[in-house]
Amino acid sequence: MSSPQPYYVPESSKLPFAMAVTMLVLIIGASTTVKPELGPFGDNSYLVLLTGFLMMWTTMFFWFSQVVKENNEGLNNNMLNNSYYYGMAWFIFSEVMFFFAFFLALGYIRMFAVPWLGGEGEKGIANMLWPGFEAHWPLMITPDQAAFPGPAEEMSLGTAYSHGGLAGVLGWIPLYNTVLLLTSSVTVHIAHIGLKNGNRKQFNLWLAITLVLGYAFVALQAYEYYEAYTHMGLTLKTGVYGTTFFMLTGFHGFHVCLGAIILTVMLIRGLKGHFSHDDQFGFEAGSWYWHFVDVVWICLVAFVYVM
Amino acid sequence: MKSISRVTRKFIYALLFLAPTSVFSEASDYNMPVGVTEVSKEIFDLHMLIMWICVWIGVVVFGIMFYSLFKYRKSTGAKASKIDDHFWLEITWTVAATLILVGMAIPSTTVMIKAYDDREGDINIMVTGYQWKWQYKYLEDDISFFSNLSTSQEQIDNDIPKGEFYLSEVDEPLVIPINKRIRFLITGNDVIHSWWVPDFAVKQDAVPGFINTAWTNVPKPGIYRGACTELCGIKHAFMPVVVRAVEQEEYDAWVVEKIALAEAERLLNEKVWTKAELVERGEGVYLKNCVACHQTNGQGLPPVFPALVGSEIVMRDKTRNIEILMEGVRGAAMQSFANQLSEVDMASVITYTRQSWSNGKNGDGEIIIPQEIVDYKNKVDL
Amino acid sequence: MSTIVETHDDHGHHGPAKGLTRWLYTTNHKDIGTLYLWFSFLMLFIGGAMAMVIRAELFEPGLQIVQPEFFNQMTTNHGLIMVFGVIMPAFVGLANWMIPMQIGAPDMALPRLNNLSFWLLPMAFGILISTLFMPAGGPNFGWTFYAPLSTTYAPDTVTFFIFSVHVMGASSILGSINIITTILNMRAPGMTLMKMPLFVWSWLITAYLLIAVMPVLAGTVTMMLMDIHFGTSFFDAAGGGDPVLFQHIFWFFGHPEVYIMILPAFGIVSHIIETFSRKPIFGYSSMVYALTSIAVLSFVVWAHHMFTVGMPLAGELFFMYSTMLIAIPTGVKVFNWVATMFRGSISFETPMLFAIAFVSLFTIGGFSGLMLAIVPADFQYHDTYFVVAHFHYVLVPGSLFGIIAGVYYWLPKWTGNMYDETLGKLHFWLSFFSVNLTFFPMHFVGLAGMPRRYPDYALQFADFNAIVSVGAFIFGFTQLLLLFIVIKSIRTGKKASDEVWEDTKDWGLEWTLDSPPPYHSFTVQPEVK
Ligand code: HEA
Ligand code: HEA
Ligand code: HEC
Ligand code: CUA
Ligand SMILES: [Cu+2]
Repeated sequence: MSSPQPYYVPESSKLPFAMAVTMLVLIIGASTTVKPELGPFGDNSYLVLLTGFLMMWTTMFFWFSQVVKENNEGLNNNMLNNSYYYGMAWFIFSEVMFFFAFFLALGYIRMFAVPWLGGEGEKGIANMLWPGFEAHWPLMITPDQAAFPGPAEEMSLGTAYSHGGLAGVLGWIPLYNTVLLLTSSVTVHIAHIGLKNGNRKQFNLWLAITLVLGYAFVALQAYEYYEAYTHMGLTLKTGVYGTTFFMLTGFHGFHVCLGAIILTVMLIRGLKGHFSHDDQFGFEAGSWYWHFVDVVWICLVAFVYVM
Repeated sequence: MKSISRVTRKFIYALLFLAPTSVFSEASDYNMPVGVTEVSKEIFDLHMLIMWICVWIGVVVFGIMFYSLFKYRKSTGAKASKIDDHFWLEITWTVAATLILVGMAIPSTTVMIKAYDDREGDINIMVTGYQWKWQYKYLEDDISFFSNLSTSQEQIDNDIPKGEFYLSEVDEPLVIPINKRIRFLITGNDVIHSWWVPDFAVKQDAVPGFINTAWTNVPKPGIYRGACTELCGIKHAFMPVVVRAVEQEEYDAWVVEKIALAEAERLLNEKVWTKAELVERGEGVYLKNCVACHQTNGQGLPPVFPALVGSEIVMRDKTRNIEILMEGVRGAAMQSFANQLSEVDMASVITYTRQSWSNGKNGDGEIIIPQEIVDYKNKVDL
Repeated sequence: MSTIVETHDDHGHHGPAKGLTRWLYTTNHKDIGTLYLWFSFLMLFIGGAMAMVIRAELFEPGLQIVQPEFFNQMTTNHGLIMVFGVIMPAFVGLANWMIPMQIGAPDMALPRLNNLSFWLLPMAFGILISTLFMPAGGPNFGWTFYAPLSTTYAPDTVTFFIFSVHVMGASSILGSINIITTILNMRAPGMTLMKMPLFVWSWLITAYLLIAVMPVLAGTVTMMLMDIHFGTSFFDAAGGGDPVLFQHIFWFFGHPEVYIMILPAFGIVSHIIETFSRKPIFGYSSMVYALTSIAVLSFVVWAHHMFTVGMPLAGELFFMYSTMLIAIPTGVKVFNWVATMFRGSISFETPMLFAIAFVSLFTIGGFSGLMLAIVPADFQYHDTYFVVAHFHYVLVPGSLFGIIAGVYYWLPKWTGNMYDETLGKLHFWLSFFSVNLTFFPMHFVGLAGMPRRYPDYALQFADFNAIVSVGAFIFGFTQLLLLFIVIKSIRTGKKASDEVWEDTKDWGLEWTLDSPPPYHSFTVQPEVK
């Protein structure tokens, strides 16, 4: 007894190769943008980078349209859909590990590097090289203030509270960001339920609300950065507190943007009448992604803002 | 040409290295040196122990394997059995392997704890890795100096025959007394280096910004040679470590002499220098400190190491010239020489570069006197 | 494992397109596998040629052929290319060819992604290798690119290096997602996890490791990029960072990476040993558990590469113990292979010869690994040629022989043509002899105290270095023979039967297909009982 092979294997496709070439353009563009000496483009290097991004979005557009089209033509059976689910799940796992690297760095710096430099712990003898340096977190005074002048202010909950009491906490941007993002996780779930029950109106509405919350988050985050750079003297260059703060929240913010774009596309598809209760991979992938950035955010609040 | 027979003889010895170790007690060309300190000897024994255990496991495992390969050849009509597992056999070998590992871990832990010990020493020496030399600073006495490779470039380029201690010789070795607990505080100035003396079994990375400690207690006078073992750039192979262990009296005398020399150097600042004197002295300083990068002919190794010949700074910009030498260039191999050269040496090497090659002719021809360096230092201190 | 296959055709029995575009646009797992394998072969010659430069320079003391700066570029690129350009792509190539055939699938789960994973590689390596020809020179900070040598003190081209590592990483991650999805989702009915061929198992674990650690590598190079161009201070104590942090993150990736480079070889060798011992693999389930434990343990041993960076005592001891533990599952695998041979009916075709060499020489490399794990002893071994000897033993007669064995084993299936057995044996014996001549004496120079990454060395190391270089040249030229054998078998080899070897139908689904197999392997799902 054997079943015929139902799996859809696409004919050859130009898209992946186009994407590979795109990556080549991106490498060259990105490298020469940060280091013009590397290429012949001088100050115009950013144009190469821009071209790369355009190529990337174009290729991705055609690629995803292709997949959607195949899906609408009914070529995708269950097994293929499962492949997409597996693929997305493992992709998210890889993203988790990417963030893990940065959390690891933060943990190491706080638990080992900074205390040692400040003369604490088993390797505290390092303090001989940095007379006067003391270990505190957030690190406001760096070991070498001339090379990396520390920030004037920082972002932690503790400071917000000690400066302004309850009012300080209420004026603390991450609080609102947390509320926004957590709520949006719930709303995206409600949208999902709508889709499962075939209630398209519920789906479209709650997905739209999710997006509003998501974009509000991005806006607030941008505002927070603006404050940091203009009023708090906190930048990437202010030693390792600024470094870890911006890298972690920055990559998170970048992922929120990605998630928001994915969900925007899903909303458009929803409005076009795509998806059904048993065919909704694209949306589910987007919502998984959304929950993932939410979880990362909770870790961020805990390790970057509060602890 | 090396004699073939010597090579083969060595190879055979090396294979015999599986023979009892007592045969080769002293440092050999094919086994870990036994070393001179207690710790190094214990590490050597540990090394031999682990190696022997591995060899014996190998003998048993490979023995069974080659026996099977021979005995169950298809060509002799062997028929395959169908057995494909055996629970107790698998348990047995798993447990056996675990027990062997525990047996290895116990002595390793003991030796490790002993080697680690980071209490203060009788003498504490700060070892700083620079691209590409070592600085030794005696924390109790006011002594500090640099130790550079002394093998000539001609030997390296195969222009003249190589000496006995090719690449393992320095202009000024670290000097320590025997039978004292010496503690090293190891750090790096630019990139990570690693300070290794095999005979002491001391190898610690010199990490910029952090300090690692190691200790030794050498029972026997002698010259001990080691190397930098962390890739640190172009001259990684050219920054050996040489330690001279001497009797206490000799050490004390050396300390007195070192301090007197430093004092004499300081007095030179007051002397009135002529251009010729500065250039002459500067040449010596240049050959010792600068040729590694800027080359004898001053042409450097572009693009990484700029030529000093024809450099605008060297020909015309005196202030910047002093500044570069005193501060270094952040992020480039050009380090600060402020702590490496005395004021006199600093003044003379700058003068030398401004006068030599075609620079004297084409540039402003200014000289720098030691007082200018002293002034610069005072200004910066403010 | 017995199988029934019915072949009845339903849709799309199309063959490959013609010409260059077949290779550029293909979505076929066999085409892509072929691309990977040829790419890896090409890289072997480039990376190998760099090794030849290294060995030529080290033939005698003194600087003869290259200057230290170029020497450092050679070691760095040799390491990078061998690791990321030879071993990993070769394994992915084998996975592409064999996994669908071994689990009864028509193709890989995500064929377009598969094409992308491959084509990213030539882009990344094109950039990497081109930096060698730029005025600033290519990467020269070792394949482990420790900061700050690779950040503050690096040549400008480090930026190209960083982005090409990103792209290599993307390629690996996408490739692994594809493989893992294929394995989990596309198995023929009846093939439970514990019935999967060991090569598939080894790749399942490997793909998991890859997805877990490649992003960490991407994170590492991203931090470098930021430190270099955007003023952050991850690896700079002046701002509160730590150069050693770099090493922790790098080796968190790097150690699992070395198992990524060996596990698929374990899988391949298991198949070959059972085939030529004509006896099912001994202890199949313990083989699977061993693979799994190696993978789990590999996440907690990373700092054994950093015993001399100055970790607190507790750290040194923890990483010593955890590292030693890995000897247990690895030992289980070795014992199982030997037990499979025991009371078999053994014949010695070329793949088997390479597999036997694999088992014995990999074990020797494993033993030296165990010695390295002993912290106090590692103070003497670290960064000497003893380490170089260790990892070449596990990588060359280990991973590389594993790959070569797999190629000999499956080549007749792929092409439908037999290779020349006499030449194959010649290739084996030459390789076996010269690989030992090259890498065994490295143990001695290492113990005697020669540090690695040295373009020039003290006189007492001269004799062994000369021997090593001679061995290396022989080994290098011997690999040209492999190229010749492969081409000859494709062009003029004798027809191979569908089973290729004796009674292989028992050993896996791939042997139930024609030689060469149809363009889409299983258009009808086979059923596994
Ligand atoms: C395929 C790649 C591969 C593999 C499989 C291994 C396997 C192992 N490696 Fe290796 N290693 C490398 C690739 C690999 N390594 C590389 C590339 C480097 C250098 C990186 C660089 O710095 O550039 C390195 C470096 C390296 C170091 C750092 C050395 C230093 O820089 O100072 C250490 C230290 O612990 C180590 C240990 C081990 C151990 C314990 C194993 C174990 O997995 C081995 C286990 C196997 C056995 C032990 C043999 C079989 C077992 C038996 C027969 C059972 C019975 C045995 C006993 C009970 C003892 N390796
Ligand atoms: C998978 C891995 C792999 C493989 C297969 C090899 C293969 C070889 N490796 Fe290496 N090696 C590494 C991984 C590997 N290596 C790594 C990770 C390092 C560390 C790098 C670092 O320190 O950062 C290293 C470092 C390293 C060193 C130390 C350099 C140093 O520390 O200074 C040496 C020295 O002898 C060496 C030698 C060799 C040799 C002789 C081979 C031989 O097996 C190669 C055989 C050659 C061929 C198969 C090619 C045949 C080609 C020709 C015959 C030429 C024809 C070509 C043309 C005409 C263009 N390797
Ligand atoms: C370890 C390598 C190294 C050593 C040793 C070294 N230099 Fe340099 N030097 C450099 C590098 C690299 C630069 C380029 C710095 C930059 O990026 O601007 C440089 C730049 C200079 C410059 C500026 C040249 C210009 O035109 O920009 C002068 C002057 C100079 N060095 C003098 C010296 C003198 C004098 C000595 C010895 C006392 C010395 N250097 C030792 C590496 C070195
Ligand atoms: Cu200093 Cu290597
Ligand atoms: Cu490791």
